[in-house]
Amino acid sequence: MTSFQSNRLANGGLVDRSAPFNFRFDGKSFSGFKGDTLASALVANGVKLVGRSFKYHRPRGILTAGSEEPNALVELRSGARREPNTKATTAELYDGLVAASQNRWPSLDFDVMSVNQLFAPIFVAGFYYKTFMWPAKFWEAIYEPAIRRAAGLGRAAGIADPDHYDKAWAHCDVLIAGSGPTGLAAALAAGRSGARVLLCEEDFILGGRLLSDGGTIDGMPAAEWLSRTLDELVAMPDVRIMTRTTLFGVYDGGTYGAIERVSDHLPSPPEYQVRQRLWRIVAKRCVVAAGALERPIVFAGNDTPGVMMASAMRSYIARYAAAPAKRIALFTNNEDGWRTVEAALGAGLQVAAVIDARAEISPEHRSLASKGGFPVLHGSVSGIDGGKNGVRRISVSLTGGARAEVEADGLAVSGGWNPAVGLTSYHRGRPKWRDDIAAFVPDGAPPGMVAAGAANGAFGLGACLREGFAAGAAAARDAGHGNGSGSTPVADDEAFSLTPLWHVAGKGKAFVDQQHDVTASDIELAQREGFESVEHLKRYTTLGMATDQGKTSNVAGLAIMAVVTGKSIPETGTTIYRPPYVPVAIGAFAGHHRDENFHATRLTPSHHWAVEQGAVFVDTGLWKRAQWYPRAGEKDWLESVTREVKAVRGGVGFCDVSTLGKIDVHGADAGAFLDRVYINTFSNLAVGKARYGLMLREDGIVYDDGTTSRLAEDHYFLTTTTAKAGLVMQHLEFCRQVLFPELDVQLTSVSDQWAQFSIAGPKTRDLLKEIVDPSEDLSNEGFPFMGAREVALRGGVRARLFRISFSGEMAFEISVPARYGEAMARNLMIAGKPFGVTPYGTEALGVMRIEKGHVAGPELSGTTTAADLGLGKMMSTKKDFIGRVMAGREALVAADRQVVVGVKPVDKAHRLRSGAHIIPKGQTPGPSNDQGYVTSVCFSPTVDQWIGLALVERGRERIGEIVNAHDPLRGEDYDAVICNPVFYDPDGGRQRG
Amino acid sequence: MRIVCPFCGERELGEFTYLGDAKPVRPAPGASEDEVYDYVYLRDNIAGVMDENWYHGGGCRAWLKVTRNTLTHEISAVEPAAGAGARQVAK
Ligand SMILES: [Zn+2]
Repeated sequence: MTSFQSNRLANGGLVDRSAPFNFRFDGKSFSGFKGDTLASALVANGVKLVGRSFKYHRPRGILTAGSEEPNALVELRSGARREPNTKATTAELYDGLVAASQNRWPSLDFDVMSVNQLFAPIFVAGFYYKTFMWPAKFWEAIYEPAIRRAAGLGRAAGIADPDHYDKAWAHCDVLIAGSGPTGLAAALAAGRSGARVLLCEEDFILGGRLLSDGGTIDGMPAAEWLSRTLDELVAMPDVRIMTRTTLFGVYDGGTYGAIERVSDHLPSPPEYQVRQRLWRIVAKRCVVAAGALERPIVFAGNDTPGVMMASAMRSYIARYAAAPAKRIALFTNNEDGWRTVEAALGAGLQVAAVIDARAEISPEHRSLASKGGFPVLHGSVSGIDGGKNGVRRISVSLTGGARAEVEADGLAVSGGWNPAVGLTSYHRGRPKWRDDIAAFVPDGAPPGMVAAGAANGAFGLGACLREGFAAGAAAARDAGHGNGSGSTPVADDEAFSLTPLWHVAGKGKAFVDQQHDVTASDIELAQREGFESVEHLKRYTTLGMATDQGKTSNVAGLAIMAVVTGKSIPETGTTIYRPPYVPVAIGAFAGHHRDENFHATRLTPSHHWAVEQGAVFVDTGLWKRAQWYPRAGEKDWLESVTREVKAVRGGVGFCDVSTLGKIDVHGADAGAFLDRVYINTFSNLAVGKARYGLMLREDGIVYDDGTTSRLAEDHYFLTTTTAKAGLVMQHLEFCRQVLFPELDVQLTSVSDQWAQFSIAGPKTRDLLKEIVDPSEDLSNEGFPFMGAREVALRGGVRARLFRISFSGEMAFEISVPARYGEAMARNLMIAGKPFGVTPYGTEALGVMRIEKGHVAGPELSGTTTAADLGLGKMMSTKKDFIGRVMAGREALVAADRQVVVGVKPVDKAHRLRSGAHIIPKGQTPGPSNDQGYVTSVCFSPTVDQWIGLALVERGRERIGEIVNAHDPLRGEDYDAVICNPVFYDPDGGRQRG
Repeated sequence: MRIVCPFCGERELGEFTYLGDAKPVRPAPGASEDEVYDYVYLRDNIAGVMDENWYHGGGCRAWLKVTRNTLTHEISAVEPAAGAGARQVAK
């Protein structure tokens, strides 16, 4: 059964009474209207208790009507969409909404953990730090689990988020944060000048405080002015208005972050629509019209449900037509709070009393009180009689010492207003104190940004309009636009007088930070324990560190610290402000980059063919590479890989190696350039030949390797490893552009332009003859080992053919334009059928390179020198090259360096594992005798046992020595013998044949 | 942060890769080990304006000399590296 909206006012408000919504809170059914927030709907239903507090499980109600809310946090939705710590004050009501209160067990009404209040002494300031001094066992076994159970906020869904999030860019001349009178006036001025304007409003309707406070602008009611202004703005083609969008951060170069809650107001996002969108906005100028936040006064019992910010109370009354209480009292220290009394009287609610901390009140308010028939008590609220069912009675300390009591079921509190200085302070800006309004205001802002209106400390409606209009016009001018037509909207400025009051001394807990349960006495305790600096105060008490970032509590906390230290508030200072202004879901930052879209995927040209072949793929950086091609009946990967290796060594196979980085090097100085980036010489390479090259970093360590061919006098074709393709390109461009600009050389990345296949095995030539045009001479004389040239294929396609071998077999690599890659794979299969051609994957490729002792990624580890890899003789002594001088340093040429050797278990049946440490036989393994490790392993069908490469201290002097392969990760120790790294065809006859 | 590439225009940070101080000059062939050591390892840690090497890998692949204030991230100048862009070499 749906309960009656007991506290809904009969008339008024911006809710749509023709659109009723049903919703559930803690299992109970309620109804509200379109235009409600969850909080306003709860208010309309007379619900006061909405949650339990963080540490003490105290009953809490709704404090505010905006994104600064510390208390009314709920778990919204259910299942995979359950979202903890959602502010009821900003959650838009929709039909069927389900929400649950947090931090209570078993129920909100009866919460067992509220006994925490009895243990309050241990939850005081610094308790996190103090508990660390207790015995570790106690902490792990008892304390932490108990705290986690007792002092958490909501529960996360625990299952994958089913929704999508988007990321987008926007560009504009003038970005405006906030659509209150200031923001709208700024948008008018900037829009009329022709500037591209982007207005972000976090609420779901535009108008800001106009929606709650009304007023008269240009002689018309605020609502009418608002409607006319929006009509004008919407008609401007270059003005874009985004609601449900919070500007949360400002970054370098005029870049801003905003979060758009695209579908949060719906039960679930419509099909193909995202839940939220993260905007990065580039703006020439930004006007912060984010308004101000009303601040509480700290007194005993100030967290009782029914105690509410005065401005929030009139928002509920005026905007939502929902009465937070039947009989309202106001506690204020300023003029503005009285507007809540006016709103309450206007709505026909009773006003019990006004407790005003100021010595004087205006004659207008005095006559309002006599007309309304309520007393004005000069003094402060010193206590609340009430509990989970709300406020019952209010104790007042009158100026002069007497006491009074007020019967009321709601208390509106106004301690003045704090400009929302967040955005203006995110570049380490320190706001400055203004005595006249007793508040911090922006002191400068990041480049291009300016605050206006209430965000700048101008609280009057007229002042907001003037500042907003001027700021919008100036921003448009700065962005290169002229003056627009029209004049500043005009309104009166309300009186604003305030007597600062932060904390009323009294008996009982007085909360400063209600979300983190930080009390006034916690701050006093922190000061006594020496944590006086605001940054220490914050961390020691956790003041302002909850999800609300202390929007309603920080300034009061500073003020109380100022009192106990005897300093002024500006002397006490503020903590550093950091984005985001409101919590932003990690999902929004990730956007679509999750699961298989976490990063881009690169497919080789033959990928789809390999899929048809049933290949198993491995991720290599961004690439999907065929790892092996299982066949029916093969019991595991090892069987497939072994078959592929044997097929290559005994016949012919091919492998897609397109993932190698490929760079065309053109220019008269191409050879000279390569001489400087490789340790060996390329300028003397004959046209039509290929050469293996090794490049170092400038510190002398090996960077990358690959084969480079000279296709013409001024044209080389360079290949890199798959892993370093992008980095080598960047490095070579650095060498070309920065280090050696005098050389006539150009680099072109052609990695994606060429599909490249390795064709290997004794029958390679037979297969190639079926592919390559018969006019091409592939004989040993016509195309010798390390030959490289362009050839014609049957059918006319031009290809690049290289007689290079990674496998140690007679082999070629053939490059065809990438669009022919898949056709090449299919043709190799067809043409190779008579020769038993076998596609092979990266595993077989790896087995054959290990059998040949070729180094690869695991050996090019960023710690090895050319000599460590057995390639020291390649280092030219006749020329300068990158890394030459540093490679000669003492430690890099030391005799006891770890160098690449072969290794195999003595027991032929034993499996060798990568990562096993090499320890001298008979010694207890330890860091002092750790002489290296196994870098690469494979099962070698050729040697018929597991073999590997290892980096071993003085390895080349120790061929034949038996060592201990120590593998603490797998709990193994076994004997292994150090051997020549070339296990297969050491004299290289097969690849030359 | 945004960098105005002399070839591509104003682009956002994600398109660029930072390398570091643009001041050190690679010693000529034949330089001593100490000179090369200085070049490879020794860097000023500047709080303020400095010239830096940035690579526009997400754009034109030019290396740029970016003059940036490390305290404010303000960029006051961007120049192409000496060898960036197409170059006519008279031979
Ligand atoms: Zn560029």
